[in-house]
Amino acid sequence: MMNLLLDDLPALQVMLPLLCAPLCFILRIKGLPWLIAFVTSILTFAVSFMLFNQVADGDILSYAMGGWAPPWGIEYRVDRLNSFFMLLISGIGVVALLFARKSVDSEIIACKQSIFYSAFMLCLAGLLGILITGDAFNVFVFLEISALSSYVLISFGQDRRALTATFQYLIMGTIGATMILIGLGFMYMMTGTLNMADLATRLPEVMNTNTIRTAFAFIVIGASIKLALFPLHIWLPNAYSYAPSVVTVFLAATSTKVALYVLLRFVFTVFGAEFAFGEMPLQHILMFMAVLAVLTGSLCAVFQTNIKHVLAYSSIGQIGYMVIGVALLTTTGLAAGILHVFNHAIMKACLFLAIGCVYYRHGSARIEDFKGIGKTMPWTMAAFVIGGLGLIGMPLTVGFISKWYLVIAAMEQGAIGAITISIILIGSLLAVAYVWRIVEVAYFNEPTKEKAQIKEAPLALLIPTWIMALATIYFGIKTDFSVIAATNAATTLMGAK
Amino acid sequence: MEMLPISFEKAMLMSMALPLITAGLVKLFGNKPNLRETITLTGATATFLSVLILLEAVLNNNGPSYTFGALIPGLDLKLQVEPLGMLFALIASFLWIITTVYAIGYMRGNKESNQTRFFICFALAICFTLGIAFAANLLTLFVFYELLTLSTYPLVAHAGTEKAKRGARIYLSILLTTSIAFFLPAIIWTYHMAGTTDFALGGIFPAETGHLALGILLILFCFGVGKAALMPFHRWLPSAMVAPTPVSALLHAVAVVKAGVFTILKIMVFVFGADLLTELPARDIMLYVAGASILLSSLIAMAQDNLKARLAYSTISQLGYVTLGALLAIDVATIGSTMHIAMHAFGKITLFFCAGAVYVAAKKTEISDMRGLGKAMPFTMFAFFIGSLSIIGLPPTGGTWSKWYLMLGSLDTGHLILMGVLMVSSLLNIAYLLPIPMRAFFGKEAEASKAKLKEAPWPMLLAMGVTVTGCIALFLFPQPLFELASMLTMEGKVNG
Repeated sequence: MMNLLLDDLPALQVMLPLLCAPLCFILRIKGLPWLIAFVTSILTFAVSFMLFNQVADGDILSYAMGGWAPPWGIEYRVDRLNSFFMLLISGIGVVALLFARKSVDSEIIACKQSIFYSAFMLCLAGLLGILITGDAFNVFVFLEISALSSYVLISFGQDRRALTATFQYLIMGTIGATMILIGLGFMYMMTGTLNMADLATRLPEVMNTNTIRTAFAFIVIGASIKLALFPLHIWLPNAYSYAPSVVTVFLAATSTKVALYVLLRFVFTVFGAEFAFGEMPLQHILMFMAVLAVLTGSLCAVFQTNIKHVLAYSSIGQIGYMVIGVALLTTTGLAAGILHVFNHAIMKACLFLAIGCVYYRHGSARIEDFKGIGKTMPWTMAAFVIGGLGLIGMPLTVGFISKWYLVIAAMEQGAIGAITISIILIGSLLAVAYVWRIVEVAYFNEPTKEKAQIKEAPLALLIPTWIMALATIYFGIKTDFSVIAATNAATTLMGAK
Repeated sequence: MEMLPISFEKAMLMSMALPLITAGLVKLFGNKPNLRETITLTGATATFLSVLILLEAVLNNNGPSYTFGALIPGLDLKLQVEPLGMLFALIASFLWIITTVYAIGYMRGNKESNQTRFFICFALAICFTLGIAFAANLLTLFVFYELLTLSTYPLVAHAGTEKAKRGARIYLSILLTTSIAFFLPAIIWTYHMAGTTDFALGGIFPAETGHLALGILLILFCFGVGKAALMPFHRWLPSAMVAPTPVSALLHAVAVVKAGVFTILKIMVFVFGADLLTELPARDIMLYVAGASILLSSLIAMAQDNLKARLAYSTISQLGYVTLGALLAIDVATIGSTMHIAMHAFGKITLFFCAGAVYVAAKKTEISDMRGLGKAMPFTMFAFFIGSLSIIGLPPTGGTWSKWYLMLGSLDTGHLILMGVLMVSSLLNIAYLLPIPMRAFFGKEAEASKAKLKEAPWPMLLAMGVTVTGCIALFLFPQPLFELASMLTMEGKVNG
């Protein structure tokens, strides 16, 4: 029995949250949907962990869904790249759900909570599905599952602007997904297969056709929309800001990361770096956009008054860092980019969790609400400061490690590298500006009269927040795990073709 | 060794742990001021003692080291005590005790709020300062360097007024900007070229490294270590003067700024090495930048009427001396620089103590208001006089020695212009420092408010007494200091 389960781990990775979604919906007893979701997320995390260990030596785990052998059936394919991403996503899922109970209670009316949790589980299943599947069309299917469920999740936001934000996201998301679908269609037309590994072997024959070039362009743009790469980012700030707190935490730490994975997977594994960067000018485009993303994202963040907006724009800048790493087109650069995916997910989760605590007590997260919060909510604010220091890239936080590796990777590039380094550092300085603005208000302004009575957030919210705050420090000091995993993932990707 | 109850390694770790423990206890007993201050005093004394224990090991060329583990695979977070760090640690930890005594008088005399936060951040700052002093490689040094910036930020913004916040903002932004934009890339570049960031006497770069790259690197380091306040990145120091005076005294005359010049000196001696440094054309550029920094800030100091601002610009100029000496890269100048760290520390802290005493006792901050103050506060003004002598470099104060060696250094290397700079600067020092005690003693009082004025509370006077004695003692007995400093120069005397 146990062996049987172990063999089916790849299937379980997606099936667990997928099956639990209807369960959450049916069992509408108070508190039960949360419990189901939470327990499932822990199990999902355990599965990710086991998968991660199974492929840690560089093996590739191929699982034929329903016993239909690839390339005819759907193949789930686990390697060091996606197992690392799955570990991250399912881990964030656990922390987000831990936070969800109190936070959702206060933000979403009881009768709708079961829908909320089932949408949450669908979203988790979708994201993990994108990561694990080795089938290109399957990527699209899971992309839609996660996207549709996240539209639902965002629309739960208390602010009515959540609806327009959702709508905007829906339009952009659909355009992105459709572009990917069109790209897949072209590829299927030319090769007759949808299995990624199979595609990779068949594509070289037809590489010189305009159809494949067009397919490539469609897929890259589609993934970039999902990734919120500048200038395709406009859906992101509002979607993050008006969603319920816990949704913001989850999406900020996961969805763009998964989109980056899609980009990496198609560019490196399916099309191959030679085609993507040799024949197509992808490197220059990505580098240019990434640089603009870092500058504009960080600059916009400086001028926002809603703290959720600050962090959302900061995410756009941070995505730029990840893409810079990728666009350097070396194993070290790629490793730095992937490392930053991991590190950024942790610190952004920490920051949005802290904002969630503030939102829980204040009902909003504008900069005025932060006046004197260092005194009224010391633990929340301390976690916020740790996350903020991470964004700046202070030593002993994860952000420093990312920055170190990005700069090292850029340094190998000579003159272009020097420009890249200066962009990375300017972004880091802008982070000082937007983080410190908040810190200063929190610690050196007195709270307004009516806000002086506000108490610290409840323990149920502080615990997940501090888990992420401590993770921000822990993975900034004990770096061998993340660095080695990211390097392995990068080698797998570069060696793939 | 058998005499000691603990090993050197433990003593080193203790010296960094004690300030942390102190900070924790201060937080715990924040609502009992007397107990809180006793804890700080005890913690400070214990910290100093554990640093003192290390001295024996360092004199025997056997400074302890300790590795915390790898921060980045292949790059350790590591401590190693060597003579320069030893000297810096001794000064910082000793003056922490004195400043604590002073701060008790000042903070209470001034009825400052948030005193618990003040003492916590103070203790943390000392811990990180010791971390800088004992760092065994550039990475470790950088970690503590940034932590020191962060831990001192609340101290600068202490008052919470618009002015304090603006000052603190400038403080933080300049220090972080220089460290992120110049210092960090310089460290990573060093790692990239040398394959290590571990300090080693005589330098770490392989012989074939290009001189252009090294020149750029040198400039990055000099400006990147913003705490050394080399112009044009000096603005943070005058801004930091909004902090309570004990902070200006210990942190912005001793710990933070000395951490800056200490870092510069350490990089010159242990990363570049004297031989390499003299070959770099960029070195000459930086020498003149340092010279310009010395003169310009002295000139600006003359125009300041606010006493703390004048002292701040004087500090910028004096930090230039140390940078200059480090860049000259010959033995005698290195010794001069090292000694100047100690001499200036005692001199400048005395001056700041006096400034604070005047503020607490008379609520005066502007120099023009201090006319005739010598009658009401003779002790304070006398201390100010002695402190000034040490900054100028006149006997019977310690400053004489370090200036002497620095001048010898510039003479020996044939930099007559820099020699001239040092001499002109001394004259300027006289011009902007000595009139203050002179007018206080011989000038006429401006207002008829003399009735109420008296000396500051006794803990402040006690602290001043100790540092004034220090200034004079360093003149009479400079030998130990000299020996410690010359260990940096004689080859093979320092391990590592």
